[in-house]
Amino acid sequence: MAQPLVKKDDDRDDEADYSPFLGIEKGAVLQEARVFNDPQLDPRRCSQVITKLLYLLNQGESFTKVEATEVFFAVTKLFQSRDIGLRRMVYMMIKELSPSADEVIIVTSSLMKDMTSKTDMYRANAIRVLCRITDGTLLTQIERYLKQAIVDKNPVVASAALVSGIHLLQTNPEIVKRWSNEVQEAVQSRAALVQFHALALLHQIRQNDRLAVNKLVTSLTRGSVRSPLAQCLLIRYTSQVIRESANNTQTGDRPFYDFLEGCLRHKAEMVIFEAARAITELNGVTSRELTPAITVLQLFLSSSKPVLRFAAVRTLNKVAMTHPMAVTNCNIDMESLISDQNRSIATLAITTLLKTGNESSVDRLMKQITNFMSDIADEFKIVVVEAIRSLCLKFPLKHRSLMNFLSNILREEGGFEYKKAIVDSIVILIRDIPEAKESGLLHLCEFIEDCEFTYLSTQILHFLGIEGPKTSDPSKYIRYIYNRVHLENATVRAGAVSTLAKFGAMVDSLKPRIFVLLRRCVFDNDDEVRDRATLYLNTLGGDGAVVETGEDVKDFLFGSLDIPLVNLENSLKNYEASEEPFDINSVPREVKTQPLAEKKAPGKKPTGLGAPPPGPPSTVDAYEKLLSSIPEFANFGKLFKSSAPVELTEAETEYAVNVVKHIFDGHVVFQYNCTNTIPEQLLENVIVVVDASEAEEFAEVASKPLRSLPYDSPGQTFVAFEKPEGVPAVGKFSNMLRFIVKEVDPSTGEAEDDGVEDEYQLEDLEVVAADYMLKVGVSNFRNAWESMGADFERVDEYGLGPRDSLAEAVNAVINLLGMQPCEGTEVVPNNSRSHTCLLSGVYIGNVKVLVRLQFGLDGPKDVAMKLAVRSEDEVVSDAIHEIVASG
Amino acid sequence: MESCPSVKNVLLLDSEGNRVAVKYYSDDWPTNSAKEAFEKSVFTKTQKTNARNEAEITLFENHVVVYKFVQDLHFFVTGSEDENELILATVLQGFFDAVGLILRGTVDKKEALENLDLILLCLDEIVDGGIILETDANVIAEKVASHSIDAGAPLSEQTISQALATAREHLARSLLK
Repeated sequence: MAQPLVKKDDDRDDEADYSPFLGIEKGAVLQEARVFNDPQLDPRRCSQVITKLLYLLNQGESFTKVEATEVFFAVTKLFQSRDIGLRRMVYMMIKELSPSADEVIIVTSSLMKDMTSKTDMYRANAIRVLCRITDGTLLTQIERYLKQAIVDKNPVVASAALVSGIHLLQTNPEIVKRWSNEVQEAVQSRAALVQFHALALLHQIRQNDRLAVNKLVTSLTRGSVRSPLAQCLLIRYTSQVIRESANNTQTGDRPFYDFLEGCLRHKAEMVIFEAARAITELNGVTSRELTPAITVLQLFLSSSKPVLRFAAVRTLNKVAMTHPMAVTNCNIDMESLISDQNRSIATLAITTLLKTGNESSVDRLMKQITNFMSDIADEFKIVVVEAIRSLCLKFPLKHRSLMNFLSNILREEGGFEYKKAIVDSIVILIRDIPEAKESGLLHLCEFIEDCEFTYLSTQILHFLGIEGPKTSDPSKYIRYIYNRVHLENATVRAGAVSTLAKFGAMVDSLKPRIFVLLRRCVFDNDDEVRDRATLYLNTLGGDGAVVETGEDVKDFLFGSLDIPLVNLENSLKNYEASEEPFDINSVPREVKTQPLAEKKAPGKKPTGLGAPPPGPPSTVDAYEKLLSSIPEFANFGKLFKSSAPVELTEAETEYAVNVVKHIFDGHVVFQYNCTNTIPEQLLENVIVVVDASEAEEFAEVASKPLRSLPYDSPGQTFVAFEKPEGVPAVGKFSNMLRFIVKEVDPSTGEAEDDGVEDEYQLEDLEVVAADYMLKVGVSNFRNAWESMGADFERVDEYGLGPRDSLAEAVNAVINLLGMQPCEGTEVVPNNSRSHTCLLSGVYIGNVKVLVRLQFGLDGPKDVAMKLAVRSEDEVVSDAIHEIVASG
Repeated sequence: MESCPSVKNVLLLDSEGNRVAVKYYSDDWPTNSAKEAFEKSVFTKTQKTNARNEAEITLFENHVVVYKFVQDLHFFVTGSEDENELILATVLQGFFDAVGLILRGTVDKKEALENLDLILLCLDEIVDGGIILETDANVIAEKVASHSIDAGAPLSEQTISQALATAREHLARSLLK
């Protein structure tokens, strides 16, 4: 009889860590549950046993099906007792057990009796339990009671019915929707929470009826809503209405904005905040609309409650991404939050400041952050590092202090993820800000002197091998690299050897000294290190006299592996050891082209070390190889640009064809990628017949048919044109696919011998001016612009006519010119009336071109544009204007 | 954000991160081990902060967590990332104050475990399936504490069963001594 729960009063002082459930055991408790079957029920005892059962469930213990059924049937007996306390435990227990449909029937009548009882507490709880365990058929039986309960004068009963309605709407929407009259009535209830629950249910019933929601919001925003929670709901529904009606209102005031603004003066903080947040999230919010919301959020910043400060700073942080100017007023309050006890708040404050700060405040801010960094967790530090990186890209002139900051925190304690974030940031800054390169590389060198992470060491060594030889004094890096050979594990040593070899290959003056170092590595005790050293010594000619490093050696050292690793892995797996050596040329090279790597746009996460170095994407290399392997095109010279594939067929047609335009100095090659989508056909001698009558400057010189095109395996056919050298000739080409079609027996896969000649009309193809423009970014546009000089500057203004939006106009011009947007200026902030976009590129003939576009809205929809072009050649500057004028 | 404000879980842990009473309302944590892992990490993350005077808040695994400590009890309320923080804080405060009222000011783990039935009832009255039922601590405590006998029961039956219960308890105690 020793029940822990009973003896609780006796020894409460004896044990410090006393628990009434000490040593509790499921089997024993299930035994105890037999008291539920006693003819003479002891409510108190039964409550205790239920508490123990609930305790077990709460601790994560689970009952088997049999156990649960047994307990459930035992519990149903307890409906005999009229003890309120026990009945409540019974309700809870039934909900926890979530009985199956056939078990539910046992308690249905008891619960329905309670639902119509005089005791409000019984009614409210019975409704909640019944609705939780019920199914559709039972629901129709009790529907009448539920409708009554919704308008019950007892708020607890009404809320229970309404909340149950919200849950039931998910499973039995057609039934709940019939209650809308009662729910409508409940919305007018004087009880605060009933109103809240009724509003939530009514909105969910009508959420697909836009007009009804609109009416609901209109009537309630005029009246008075009592509970703050209901008011918050109303704000959410109002912003939904605003969002959906935004397209219909041309100009003038936003509907319901006044209501939102009025809520900023509500007495409940949760309502004020909900309204402020709703305003900041309005589509295309203006600074006039923002101001009152920012003001209340600013007040929250200095609240004594952490939750308020957090909510405010988090919202302002989001606003700072789109409207940095609107948040600058809060900067002083924000700065005092850097020392906030709650580190989440402090981190949000710092990153907000980094977004809103201007160039002059950077140094002061960095001083504050340095103190802050020492006492926050790594995860926060990573956020700060990322913010600093984007700040540095925004203000390249500040690279010195920001780079110093990064190198300082790199030296401090930190975990791998944090260190990796810092290293990635430094690498990105080195790539994008040429002035920061040398100092950045030295920082990385110092870091690997004392780096515990093999991954980071090898990545940095690899990066050093690429960037180090290009610096003014490569020799100073050698010491750092060679130290690795002495001090590190085999993986790092092997990486260091490769890096040394790259220096040797690129810098002839260093070659003799590199050989000395590499020869020492030949005695390393690790196979890989020795092998690499030997290999490099041989390829660089280290055994004999000092020679010029050949192109192919450089290619070998620096060229990326042009075979997809996945394919190589598969081929190696299939390779069986035999006399015949593994032939790397047998590895298939087909690879799905990946979307172009990240741009510098804010918000996109740069990938850092893992990403390939910037420059032409690997597809261009692949194209170049492919084209130079075709004898007809081998003498065309260097490939200038390959366009993205242009589809020439609709999706899901018999034959899918797209074309890639390859531009050479004096030639253009069209590469038609064809896919046969009919299993019963084999195509042979596939060629595209091109009519160039609308492209006067082009003359067809060669074509390369595709011998055979079986089902579902893509093939290419080429057509080459000659065009005046160095001239950006444009024109329109019409295409006809011509081939011999042979029937294939799908069961055997064999084609018939006789074929029929057939044709298939493709869509037209155009060569446009943008095809002669390479997207090449510059890191610091202003510097580049100034140093280009105004000698060949051409400025003119254009009217672009009515456009959907400024952003659409900006995009259209960028696509027309085919140039690279710089410094994230392709992104047009919402609702701005003017925008400046900076573009850079290289025009055919290797002429650098910079473009500054200024857009302005002229009237409600008309867009006007001022185009300023600077380039190294006057003719090219004019050509750019011609593109725009004719486009 | 057209949806009704909702609560993903309410947790009451002790000073070592063990469960006293927890309630989950969303499928973000499908298994018990997922729940325990969440409790463990949220406890570790907040352990060192001072949430004794004012409720504190943190962002955690794409959830907003508001929390408050008293003695050896840690109270948590979790909502989705874009939930109004102040609404969650109101739920937390309602739970916190209601427990204070139920335990008559002696709010610690021992007292909470001894009155676990009341704590569980309290959770039951605050949130139903993620939807906020009530946030006023007085109303919650009143509902939980209404342990009186059903008014509909016949008077005689009441007294007899009560008397029996008391007698049995006395007997049990004397046997244990």
